Amino acid sequence: MAFKAAVITFPGSNCDRDMAVAIEAVSGAPAIRVWHGDADLPAGLDFIALPGGFSYGDYLRSGAMAAKSPILRAVVAAAERGVPVLGVCNGFQVLTESGLLPGALMRNAGQTFVCRTVELKVGNTSSLFTSGFSAAETLRVPVAHHDGNYFADAATLDELESADRVAFRYSDNPNGSLRDIAGVLSANGRVLGMMPHPERAIEPAAHASMGGTDGRRLFENVIGNLVAA
Amino acid sequence: MKVRILVRLKPGVLDPQGRAVHHSLGSLGFDGVEDVRIGRMIEMDVADGTSDEALNKMCEQLLANMVIEDFAIEKLDGERAPA
Repeated sequence: MAFKAAVITFPGSNCDRDMAVAIEAVSGAPAIRVWHGDADLPAGLDFIALPGGFSYGDYLRSGAMAAKSPILRAVVAAAERGVPVLGVCNGFQVLTESGLLPGALMRNAGQTFVCRTVELKVGNTSSLFTSGFSAAETLRVPVAHHDGNYFADAATLDELESADRVAFRYSDNPNGSLRDIAGVLSANGRVLGMMPHPERAIEPAAHASMGGTDGRRLFENVIGNLVAA
Repeated sequence: MKVRILVRLKPGVLDPQGRAVHHSLGSLGFDGVEDVRIGRMIEMDVADGTSDEALNKMCEQLLANMVIEDFAIEKLDGERAPA
């Protein structure tokens, strides 16, 4: 059966097309585009993606308004049933604001918008998203954000580390994130939030400084694992 | 009823904006500024019977992010300007 993924679009999302293209390139099946005002998700989803951008103009706090939108209630319910969810950049902010992931994304420590390709160290190598990576390797994936400074209290950070829930760490921290955290997993490992944009690193033709294909491997991991299951 | 809500970063949470503003004040020549922390003020007009419980829930569920922020609720009933 064809892989059934949904990409949620909020007013102000701007990486939704890239996310859909990345999923479609790896799965071979069209990604369903879901609008924020929809109250329900399509039935029988294999995967949900929350894209980057500036949902609701970042009003109040990045991701705060989107986290309270009707469709997010459906996303939270789906995640609680075990449907895998990937949130990238603003999608990560929405996941923390919705409570699906712990912590918060604060203004970058340097105050500036950071837009460049960064090196990531792989943390977790056993989740749906990361099982194809090895612990020793590094990935090159672009970041582009103003509010990517990951914060959680010390007890939460300790718990994330001891439970192997830090998916990725920055080699050279661009935003002040505590313990260099770039991506975190839910307790069941089926929800991943990350600030770097894997969907912008899926084309080998792109110049090395513009991305490459390390991001594609994340989609190959998660979609491959789900199709095999 | 007018309500004023102050949302502030919790003590101990680093405030990069406050730090930058602190630095700017210093470079403008203002001495003796010990610390700067930046928060958000939200003013609301709510029905007179609105309960404290409802106001607290508004803060906890949306107006503040309880991971990083505290809030204080101030009712402005007694502040009407004299006629």
